[in-house]
Amino acid sequence: MKGVRLSKGARAGALLFGFAALIGLLIFGVAGYLRTSPPTVSVGASSSGSVNLVMQTDGAVGVGPHPSWVGYFVQDASGAWHQTTLIQLPQNTDVHVTLYEYDSGGNLRNSVWSQVAGTTGGVAYINGAAESVVNPNTNTGNGIAHTFNVPALGINVPMYGVSGSAKNFCNTGPCNTSQAHNTITFTFHTGGAGTYRWQCFVPCGLGYLEGNGGPMQSLGYMAGFLKVV
Amino acid sequence: MARFVLEDSRSEEAGKSALVKILSVWAVVSIIGMALVWFVLGPHLAPGTMTDQAQGAQFDIKFVSTLVVPVLLFVWFFFGYSIMKWRVRPGEDGTLPAANLSGNSKAQGAWYVITTTLVLGLAAFGTYFLIAPAGAGGGEGASPIWTPGTTKLLQVQVIAQQWRFTYRWPQFGGMETTGIELPVNTEIEFNVTSLDVIHDFWAYQLGVKADANPDYNNVAYTKTLATGRFTVRCDELCGIWHGAMYNYGTVVSQQQFEQWATNMEQQNASVTKLLPKYSLTYTPSYSGAGGGYYNTSVDPNANL
Repeated sequence: MKGVRLSKGARAGALLFGFAALIGLLIFGVAGYLRTSPPTVSVGASSSGSVNLVMQTDGAVGVGPHPSWVGYFVQDASGAWHQTTLIQLPQNTDVHVTLYEYDSGGNLRNSVWSQVAGTTGGVAYINGAAESVVNPNTNTGNGIAHTFNVPALGINVPMYGVSGSAKNFCNTGPCNTSQAHNTITFTFHTGGAGTYRWQCFVPCGLGYLEGNGGPMQSLGYMAGFLKVV
Repeated sequence: MARFVLEDSRSEEAGKSALVKILSVWAVVSIIGMALVWFVLGPHLAPGTMTDQAQGAQFDIKFVSTLVVPVLLFVWFFFGYSIMKWRVRPGEDGTLPAANLSGNSKAQGAWYVITTTLVLGLAAFGTYFLIAPAGAGGGEGASPIWTPGTTKLLQVQVIAQQWRFTYRWPQFGGMETTGIELPVNTEIEFNVTSLDVIHDFWAYQLGVKADANPDYNNVAYTKTLATGRFTVRCDELCGIWHGAMYNYGTVVSQQQFEQWATNMEQQNASVTKLLPKYSLTYTPSYSGAGGGYYNTSVDPNANL
């Protein structure tokens, strides 16, 4: 079969066009990847002057690019869950946090994080019981699954883990309260406007160096920001 | 140093005259500049005077900066004078015959002697003051050579982990705090270690900087001289929150420190019970994610 013969100039032009398209596609892909960010869930002020923040931590988020990673979901005003760690809060407001913990626990790398700090009354309520220190020892309990730690606000709340052999253990998120969980509630005050980073101090990045890679270093999983406005 | 000998008015005599002018102005301005650096700028140079070590570092920087002034000014003045006086003017032929270019052994010798003396002198000065006083606030490893010469030391263990510093106080029941306060007029021994990757404890205004390595105790000393606030930063790139791995500390009166430490000891009593026995290092368990760092198990990398 006789093919269409292109001139030398046309072939060079096509080659250049193809190369430029490839480079453009690469730049688009890299820029798109770098610009990817989890959504920010805004928690507005209620008439009482305080707000409610509802979150859950799951052993595997089950969605997104890393479904097997441990991470957080945050509930918006409509009750929908969003896999994110970016939360917008009003300034100078009491934030009542309800956190559903669905992950199993372990020993802490540094037991100092078993102490509750920065919350109203210096306590967190684990399934209704006020605690100022949460036992991290897996020999006598389930250990600590994660910690909610906001260094600039002095907040640290250790979250008592669920037994890994619990019936109806949630293997993949988003989980629901019919599954094995602990309910942790506490209140903190936001203070002035600012962006406050927060992280987990349990090295829960399973399979990563020192347990601190992967989800521990990624927004939307175990690291995030409180945007106080 | 090259000397240009030209056939016109820019002769050897003119060159000597020019050198005298340059040196005269240079000497006067240098004295003024050195005095300004030493007395005006010097007291404000980093890292301040909060500790003996910070004061020592400030003195070193002040001394070197003062010596830099005459060198810098001489170069500037020589260049400035050359550009103004010996430039090729309109209508002149700028070509310089090679035969008219000659050296001056005295000038060359003086330049070599002065610069060599200056560089070697500063090297000796810097080397000495890198270790005085008491290690100059740098991490000296597990067996420090340069010590404060007193056994009356406040021991503070700095524990780095991704991404916060915490502090243990063996002389206060082994408590661990997230903040740090220090008493004034006190010799401090920092024992710096890490629970994961390499960090660096840089207490800027204290003049202290020591790497925090896992399984290793790095000792640094400082003596507090004045009250005030200081900044602690991690100075080894250690992950996503490296830039946020900092906190502030305060040097307070001895009475205030005792009060703070006593309060902290009481507040933290329940969590102190959960901490491992005080140790200079804490060995990881290698038990995977969430594993405790305090119960030695099997190192998965032992055979690597």
